[in-house]
Amino acid sequence: MNIKGKVYRVGENINTDVIMPGRWCHLTDDAELAEHCMEDLDADFHKKISKGDVIVADDNFGCGSSREVAPLSIKASGIGGIVAKSFARIFYRNAINIGLPIFESPECVEATEAGDELEIDMFGGTIINHTKGREFTFAPFPPFMKTIIEKGGLKGWVLEKLGK
Amino acid sequence: MGYTIAEKILAEHAGTEVTPGQIVNVPVDMAMANELSAALAIKELNKWGIEKLADPEKVCLIPDHFSPAKDINAAGIAKVVHDFARKHNVKWYLEVGRAGIEHAVIPLEGIILPGQIMIGGDSHTCTAGAVNSFSTGVGSTDIAAAWATGEVWLKVPRSARLIYNGKLRPHVYGKDLILHTLKDLGTAGATYMAIEFQGDVFDQLPIWDRFTMANMAIEAGAKTGLFRFDDKTRELVESTPRYLVDQPEYHVAKPDDNAVYALERVYDVSDIEPQVACPFSPDNVRNISEVKDVKIDQAVIGSCTNGWLEDLRRAAEVFRGRKVADNVRVIILPGSQRIARQAFDEGLPQIFIDAGCIFSTSTCGPCIGGHMGVLGENEVCVSTTNRNFAGRMGHLSSEVYLTNPAVAAASAVLGRIGTPDEV
Ligand code: SF4
Repeated sequence: MNIKGKVYRVGENINTDVIMPGRWCHLTDDAELAEHCMEDLDADFHKKISKGDVIVADDNFGCGSSREVAPLSIKASGIGGIVAKSFARIFYRNAINIGLPIFESPECVEATEAGDELEIDMFGGTIINHTKGREFTFAPFPPFMKTIIEKGGLKGWVLEKLGK
Repeated sequence: MGYTIAEKILAEHAGTEVTPGQIVNVPVDMAMANELSAALAIKELNKWGIEKLADPEKVCLIPDHFSPAKDINAAGIAKVVHDFARKHNVKWYLEVGRAGIEHAVIPLEGIILPGQIMIGGDSHTCTAGAVNSFSTGVGSTDIAAAWATGEVWLKVPRSARLIYNGKLRPHVYGKDLILHTLKDLGTAGATYMAIEFQGDVFDQLPIWDRFTMANMAIEAGAKTGLFRFDDKTRELVESTPRYLVDQPEYHVAKPDDNAVYALERVYDVSDIEPQVACPFSPDNVRNISEVKDVKIDQAVIGSCTNGWLEDLRRAAEVFRGRKVADNVRVIILPGSQRIARQAFDEGLPQIFIDAGCIFSTSTCGPCIGGHMGVLGENEVCVSTTNRNFAGRMGHLSSEVYLTNPAVAAASAVLGRIGTPDEV
């Protein structure tokens, strides 16, 4: 499975309050979530993103509150995946659970700028930066996580477990 | 190889040996959510077509973030949760008026017990680690899955051991110890780890300070913050309403002597002065003597971090016979209805009101910038809560300084950040 798009670049410690401010935490509709995604950082975020684009971030992306509306809003805005040096743990599991693929690759982050064209081979473990002509690797997902990702999120696993 | 507290609890639940990094599916003893995370979880369950919960006795729902409902939207969300609780006979649905802020309610009602696993749709679920339970924040999809299957997937975390020894100076409490720790470790210093707090300082402090510290384990990125079980834990756990009624059995998790810790720190607390986390991060911490001339517009004292009875006592001690400075608003947020009731028994609300504070109902409102005390443009707030990210309590330009309750109260009297010695 491949993700292909251009890079939206952010820095370190992007917290979930910034991704989805408390005042919007009552929203549950995808279109509305997309509209407010990242608005305290960049009010035009949702207008700049095309389907499949990739957020590239420094350390500790998604720290702070456990609000699942944060990754949901990112997914709803059309982002295909996130590459970061590291993720905060609740954000990490939320993203996996809702089927928003995320990858840890410090080397890729170091070498990548806004607007670059990225292609991620999810299970092959490689990220190609076409603009820079470079290739990076990331550690493969543990088997259980791979199963969840392949099933498009935790839902598939639950239904299988319940024999539905 | 020996087990840490976290490994012991996970191994017992998984029924196998565990090692850090491994992913295990474990039964959960409680899956908890507030109205916001619950509403999303319920939406998921409906999408999945799940009609039946694995065990309604292991579900806990507490409306607190925008409750009592701040507007029509919030009322709608709370209603979804209420209806769900009724339909499924959820045992631990705690309505406004019988609850408060989730993390202050849960351990005091006995909803979680030592040695158990709780997941909660809120990052500060780690608070209950103070009573020796593996409690960790997750997202709504995890909660939905746990309600449906009774299980959760967890990566066995590496453990960190933080040891606090020495004698505390006056007006220095658990809040200052955890802020001092955040200054040292940073907001990602313990990412994916289970912190174990140890040391002789916890013999000097009441159990409430453990909750404050476990609460902010997440601020260092940790999965949970755990304390050992001792006489203080037993006394608390065995006086909770649930325990008094049911006397449920529980299994204390004691770390092995040869347990392995990925990170270790020993702090000498004797030199620590009250700590202040300055805008805009809980790890931007300074000694209070270095924070000069910060005028404030508002003080918030309470929340799931510092809304425990002892915290209210410490603040009341400062306010007794004094007045809040002109131009300052003070909001007292007891952690729960039970705590508020105890505060009344001790005459604390009267002291707050005489000083010119609001004695609020127990809600998350101001802490999350939701309602009941939202900050306006350029306003400055001293707060005993746990986060001070930009915009956390209101306008993006507003600033929040995190302190302990005695310092927050003194600051309210002074009109600027200062210590109880200065009032
Ligand atoms: S009081 Fe604040 S930190 Fe605690 S649960 Fe409520 S919003 Fe979260």
